Amino acid sequence: MKRSSQIMKNQSNKLFEPALVKTALRESFIKLNPRIMLRNPVMFTVEVGTAIMLYVTVYSFMYSGQGNWGYNFIIFLILLLTVLFANFAEAIAEARGKAQADSLRKTREDTPAKVVLDNGTVVTKSSNELKKGDVFVCEPGDTIPTDGEITEGLATIDESAITGESAPVIREAGGDKSSVTGGTKVLSDRIKVVVTTQPGESFLDKMIALVEGASRQKTPNEIALTILLASFTLIFIIVCVTLKPFAGYANTPITIAALISLFVCLIPTTIGGLLSAIGIAGMDRALRANVITKSGKAVETAGDIDTLLLDKTGTITIGNRKATQFWPAPGVSPDDLVKTAVLSSLADETPEGKSIVELAATHVKLPAVPEGSAFIKFTAETRSSGIDTPDGLRIRKGAYDAMRKLALNAGHIMQNAVKERVEAISSNGGTPLVVTQNEEIMGVIELQDIIKPGIAERFERLRKMGVKTVMVTGDNPLTAKFIAEKAGVDDFIAEAKPEDKMNYIKHEQASGKLVAMMGDGTNDAPALAQADVGVAMNSGTQAAKEAGNMVDLDNDPTKLIEIVEIGKQLLITRGTLTTFSIANDVAKYFAIVPALFIASIPALQSLNIMGLHSPESAILSAVIFNAIIIPVLIPLALKGVEYKPIGASALLRRNLLIYGLGGVIAPFIGIKLIDVVIALFL
Amino acid sequence: MNSEISGVVASFLITLLIAVPLGKYLAKMFAGERVWTDFMKPVENGLFKIAGIRANEPMDWKQFLKAMLTINLLWLVYGFFVLIYQDKLPLNPDGNPGMTPDLAFNTIISFVVNCDLQHYSGESGVTYLTQHIIMMFLMFTSAATGIAAAVGLFKAFRDKTVDNIGNFWEFFVKALTRLLLPLSIVVAVILAFNGTPSSYAGKDQFISLQGDTVNVSRGPAAEMIAIKHLGTNGGGWFGANSAHPLENPTYVTNMTEIISQMIIPMAMIIAFGYFIRRKKLGWVIFGVMTIGMFMLMIPTISSELGGNPNIAKMGVTQATGAMEGKEVRIGPMATGYWSTLTTIVSTGSVNSMHDSAMPLTGVWQLLGMMINGFFGGCGVGILNYFIYLIIAVFISGLMVGRTPEFLGHKVEAREVKIAALVTLISPLLIMAGTAIAAFVFSTYGNADWAVKPSNWLNNPGFHGFSEMLYEFTSANANNGSGFEGLGDNNVFWNVSTGFVLILGRFLPIIGPVAIAGMLAKKKYIPESAGTLRTDTVTFGMMTLAVILVLNALSYFPALALGPLAEYFSMR
Repeated sequence: MKRSSQIMKNQSNKLFEPALVKTALRESFIKLNPRIMLRNPVMFTVEVGTAIMLYVTVYSFMYSGQGNWGYNFIIFLILLLTVLFANFAEAIAEARGKAQADSLRKTREDTPAKVVLDNGTVVTKSSNELKKGDVFVCEPGDTIPTDGEITEGLATIDESAITGESAPVIREAGGDKSSVTGGTKVLSDRIKVVVTTQPGESFLDKMIALVEGASRQKTPNEIALTILLASFTLIFIIVCVTLKPFAGYANTPITIAALISLFVCLIPTTIGGLLSAIGIAGMDRALRANVITKSGKAVETAGDIDTLLLDKTGTITIGNRKATQFWPAPGVSPDDLVKTAVLSSLADETPEGKSIVELAATHVKLPAVPEGSAFIKFTAETRSSGIDTPDGLRIRKGAYDAMRKLALNAGHIMQNAVKERVEAISSNGGTPLVVTQNEEIMGVIELQDIIKPGIAERFERLRKMGVKTVMVTGDNPLTAKFIAEKAGVDDFIAEAKPEDKMNYIKHEQASGKLVAMMGDGTNDAPALAQADVGVAMNSGTQAAKEAGNMVDLDNDPTKLIEIVEIGKQLLITRGTLTTFSIANDVAKYFAIVPALFIASIPALQSLNIMGLHSPESAILSAVIFNAIIIPVLIPLALKGVEYKPIGASALLRRNLLIYGLGGVIAPFIGIKLIDVVIALFL
Repeated sequence: MNSEISGVVASFLITLLIAVPLGKYLAKMFAGERVWTDFMKPVENGLFKIAGIRANEPMDWKQFLKAMLTINLLWLVYGFFVLIYQDKLPLNPDGNPGMTPDLAFNTIISFVVNCDLQHYSGESGVTYLTQHIIMMFLMFTSAATGIAAAVGLFKAFRDKTVDNIGNFWEFFVKALTRLLLPLSIVVAVILAFNGTPSSYAGKDQFISLQGDTVNVSRGPAAEMIAIKHLGTNGGGWFGANSAHPLENPTYVTNMTEIISQMIIPMAMIIAFGYFIRRKKLGWVIFGVMTIGMFMLMIPTISSELGGNPNIAKMGVTQATGAMEGKEVRIGPMATGYWSTLTTIVSTGSVNSMHDSAMPLTGVWQLLGMMINGFFGGCGVGILNYFIYLIIAVFISGLMVGRTPEFLGHKVEAREVKIAALVTLISPLLIMAGTAIAAFVFSTYGNADWAVKPSNWLNNPGFHGFSEMLYEFTSANANNGSGFEGLGDNNVFWNVSTGFVLILGRFLPIIGPVAIAGMLAKKKYIPESAGTLRTDTVTFGMMTLAVILVLNALSYFPALALGPLAEYFSMR
């Protein structure tokens, strides 16, 4: 969490940045183009109504019969404002998304690239000229010119420009951490990198295109909602068109201004105006969490996720196992065990090895490695590592089975106390490492997984959201089970191979569930592609990034949880604002219908329950309220309605109360207040 | 007063006592489980054999709807010609004439679609033969059509993922042999023994106390009145419907008729829950419908008991409430009770003249028909409710942060599109119809038509507007009751309501069955804590809110200009 708060500081948190507002204002007018408006049927009808009002204004200026031209002009202006407000909502959402993406893109513009030509010579080119397949080299201090995959070498890289994380990371050829990102900086060593994307086609470029109008496609759910809103609009077209002959029957002339006002007030302009802003803001929120989404649909799907596959290491536990305890064998002094353990680990660069030295340092003064010692590397066959000193000491540490075999073969006995200790550690979720000196058992080092603080609460939250969590680990089932229980995940896959993930996903999907996972390696790619939401780490291989539908720039596995919430927030915002928009109509009816007929049917004054000043002020107030509510709700649309994991029915009750009942009551108050003000001028 | 209340309460309780077990029976029977009516099997098999129907063949929703529409079209053509030439056919002791083509058009459609708008009067407009082979025949088949369509929808949600939604013919025939026929026999016998005529003789005569000779129409009415209620048809044997002393002679027949029109619509809801093995969902729907029913019924009864303010102004006390158009033997409370039920369940039979009801009562009657999903007609009630449900599912699904799903099936653009279209059709038909009528009346009032438009309305003004609105609402809801002040037997009304009738019937059947068929094919998603359950009180209230808001928004201006304006100007 520290990490993301750091990022938030770098990026502006303000909703209305003056520069962005300026762009958005300009865009709001450009978007008046009917061809662009047509994408949004609700607002398009408002624009048509606005055009008619313009005509009516001019008409009433020259002829009589359609009321006062000044009044008509005001209605025209308010309707125009309504359309502009809606356009502004979309434009500001776009501008924010673009600004966010631009700030990421800026880091990688126009840096010199040392390109390796086919004949081996190195020339310096601009990063803009790099094409897919080009190879470049980077040396300490160089900024990596564009996204690529390391083909040779290993380097420490400062990725803080992108992730906000100051600690350098290691990227090397061949492994699962072979990708480098443009804009990051090489700190040490020399690497050779092959360019993996055409200029203008990186994920970030694609994301920017998604945010900008042109290539943004409506998501399936957005389409369904648009259909529903269009049908509501049609119902109100019917209501307003038929009102004309109804009024003719009742001998009440209705002006076009009044009819169009009624129509614009009734159709769901609030949600219609904010709908695309909500969708863009969803992708933008993902980007703020440093997640690049390849489609808006992916964000939406994230809200529906039923099952979450999480890697144990880095997600549930902090990094790697740590040594927590030394357990000497009977007859061995604790100091001797610690000393041998340290000797075997001093040259061991693995995180486990380092943690043993760290732990030992709290017990004893660290011994120096005798001159001329030979280090024995860990291999899969011996399943142990160690050191051979010149004075004839052979120290090994490794898995219990391997060490036991080693000791028994050399004719030593296996003490029961050691065996019991090993079992005790295993059943506690720890990993025992047995240390031998000259094939004799010295004792056991206990390694423990450290479960991230607060992770159990997050899983509890996911459970309430209805999301099942599955831990994926290479540990044996016993250890896996222990950690799973301690962290509070619902299920685990122990001794997991890449195909196990794949099978688990397929199995879940066969029973109709949606699965999300995170991965980085090439062997994760099929599973990432199979998953409904596949989040690839930015440090991962190109294959993994291509296969998933999101890329996490922070390489943070807990990000999945945030992504699910962003998806839910997106849908909730749409649903609540739809409800609010429709609920508003009740009050608008009570404002406008009596106003339309009061002249010829005085009895309908009883329907004027708000006691509005006059028919003219009633209609004006309703239209003004209808227009103003759009900008008032822009912040909510951009930030999203808060998601609370309190169970679906409770959440529905809560949102119905706030946005349904609130949506009925709010306009009664709002319209009345506006009317009081207008009455002062009339 | 107390005996009036107890009469209404008793009616409701008896309805429940019959409907609940009937619902359980229907669920079992349509699911093909063993039931006591299995003795009808040979009869059904015989029918299938004669007709060449393979009743075990599964149908997908398209085949299902095709079968349903084909047979209905057949009845339409056949009935049209029989009605035109009824005067040349036997069993016409009173010598009634054949129908004009426009009246026949309207009449046959209105009976095929389970509406029974009746722009004719039973005494003089039809013969004993057509009453049987057209009216009564279609009362059975139209009710069975609705029930079969609903069972098709049930079937779509019984199992997790299915292609077929059952066999239309099987459901249709079973609805007749195992539900409508047996119940009709029971009800007809009760009515016949309580004074409803059941004879083939022509008009009877008596000399009144004043010495006038009075001709009294009669005929085999009891049979028809039984199915007219059981099948939520509503077409009366006599023009005055169940307000006629021979159709509804006593309080007992009144109770019998009001109970029999409610039991199948209620039972179908319970059957839904049992059939799809989600009893709770059935009960929640039942609860929402019951609340809706009382929301319309209580103000109706109260405005009728309150009496007419115009009469009160004349200094006349109205101890029994507003009695205009009501039958003394039935009383205002049982009348109010009936008028609510007959409008919500689309029966449309009346035991009073709705034209004479208080203006606010008119609002509730109209709303009952506009909503048309509080129990609703035989089978079609739950189909109408299903559309509201889909919209509620969609909006509330979003509100809890999940793409919406109903019973484990995702509700997506295609389903929403159909639901939106069906939602649209009612306001379109009702409002456009009324608008055209209002326009013709006010602009071409003196047009040289057989009946001048200016002569359509007995009471111009707000009430006249309500009459026109009521007629189209009733036609669209396939209800069949009328604000009888309207001169409706002429080409304009016959043809316009004819089209409204047929569209208002079949689109709201095709839509839900298609949605159900599409949903049934989709992959089943198991429920999780994030799933919005549809069998909770919360979701029930959400559906109720959707129903009320949607209808209020669609019809508020029309209601304001008709009954509401009348109400406010009477105060």
